[in-house]
Amino acid sequence: MTGLLHLLSVAAIGAGTFFFFTGTVALLRFPDSLTRLHALTKADNLGLGLVVFGLILRAETALSALKLIVIWALVLLSGASTAQLIGRALRRVRE
Amino acid sequence: MSVLPYLDVGLALLVVAVAAWTVAARALFASVVSYVAYGLLLAFVWIRLYAPDVALTEAAVGGGVTGVLLITAGKRLGALHDIGPDVRPGVGLKLLTGVLAALVAGALASVILLLPDPPPSLAPEASAAIDSAGAGLGNPITAVLMSYRSFDTMLEKIVLVLAVAGVWSMTADEAWGRAPSPFRRSRPYAPTIFLAQMLAPIGTLIGIHVFWTGANAPGGAFQGGALLAAIWIITMMARLAEPPRVDARWLRMALVAGPAVFLVNGLTGEFVAGSFFAYPPSVAKPIILFIEAFMVLSIAVALPMLVAGPSSEGSDQ
Amino acid sequence: MNPSVIAGLTGATLVGLGLYGFILHPHPLRKLLAFNLIGSGVFLVFGIVARRGAAAGFRFDPVPQAMVITGIVVAFAASAVAVALILRLSAANSDLSLDPDARAEPSDGEGP
Repeated sequence: MTGLLHLLSVAAIGAGTFFFFTGTVALLRFPDSLTRLHALTKADNLGLGLVVFGLILRAETALSALKLIVIWALVLLSGASTAQLIGRALRRVRE
Repeated sequence: MSVLPYLDVGLALLVVAVAAWTVAARALFASVVSYVAYGLLLAFVWIRLYAPDVALTEAAVGGGVTGVLLITAGKRLGALHDIGPDVRPGVGLKLLTGVLAALVAGALASVILLLPDPPPSLAPEASAAIDSAGAGLGNPITAVLMSYRSFDTMLEKIVLVLAVAGVWSMTADEAWGRAPSPFRRSRPYAPTIFLAQMLAPIGTLIGIHVFWTGANAPGGAFQGGALLAAIWIITMMARLAEPPRVDARWLRMALVAGPAVFLVNGLTGEFVAGSFFAYPPSVAKPIILFIEAFMVLSIAVALPMLVAGPSSEGSDQ
Repeated sequence: MNPSVIAGLTGATLVGLGLYGFILHPHPLRKLLAFNLIGSGVFLVFGIVARRGAAAGFRFDPVPQAMVITGIVVAFAASAVAVALILRLSAANSDLSLDPDARAEPSDGEGP
């Protein structure tokens, strides 16, 4: 691996970790469930995307890079759907 | 290397804290949710012990499917009601239990610290068995499951069938033979349906991949079967599929297919390779994959049936 | 302190926590959860035996690991049977108490 790729990978994973950290802080600090949900879905999805990007740069084969992308897409899919479900459940409780 | 020990201690503390919350949480629902989180964290501990196969099983079965089972059970009990405060244990009993639990944990911990050195190991025997009968399998865990300790694995499949029979035998007389009650009575939300529709094809593919790759890499019949089972459960939750009638012939055939094929192969080994559950080394890998395919089918059918529970009245429209 | 000792001590603590909850919780589903904690603690202790038994070119002893995998699935099957029993109990009685003395008195429906 060339030095530039290595640097880029470390930078992406570092940025991803930062977004995860921000999301977690927001989860602990935000006042109610809807805002917490917002923080989790936005910040963590971005963080995961960056971590996956950083890992793809290090992937040894094209197949493992593809697997990483599939993992990212699956987490996006289930995260978005469950966030919708939790949001609906919250609305039902409030009404 | 320098930061890993701290991560290990942090992970251990986190696992213990989540487990404590599982025990201490007031509401049943909170307790179940923290149990699922606990299962996922435990999977990380297994990774640290160089046990990715166990980690996959723990995350899928120990955390995921058990969580679905308990949440479904809590819902069916109605509003997750708790037992009244009058049956709460007194302080004396709590103290006594705490001391007892601490004693047991302490005894276990001291045993762990005093484990013999050098540690006993079956790895050389397993390695020898893998080289002869489990030829062609790169994953030692699969080789142990399917070759060195294949008898255990077959009996475990039979335990699954027995458990399904046990669950079904809780059926009320008048409901016998009908389908288990659906996972939810009301119409599911659109996101649930969307998720199930998207996950069903991808999840099926990944389940089969995990089973197939298990011959040489972490994965295998248990993990793949559990994934397929999860896909069937989520399709039933979205009401895209309904639980089948428990007297359906295809269902019962699929349930016993795994242990039956395993047993037939074991008996054949007696004549072909000279001992019960032995495979001729030249065709060991195809035979093992053949048996495992039926095991995947049985696991994928048995786990959702265990979660769905006994058949209920009025579940057939 | 290597990872396997830490994991082993975690397992011992989990057994203790599970035992505490198993004895004290009156709700049968909570008892079941606590029992599963005991189970996973035992698996973890067995797992470090596997980790320590690294030999013959492996980084672990594959035999205990394979048995833990079977164990997790069997534990789930047993939990499912227990859940079916609990649901049947709640269908046959109006409350979920496991206390035989409470059962003898005529029950006045749901708890408070």
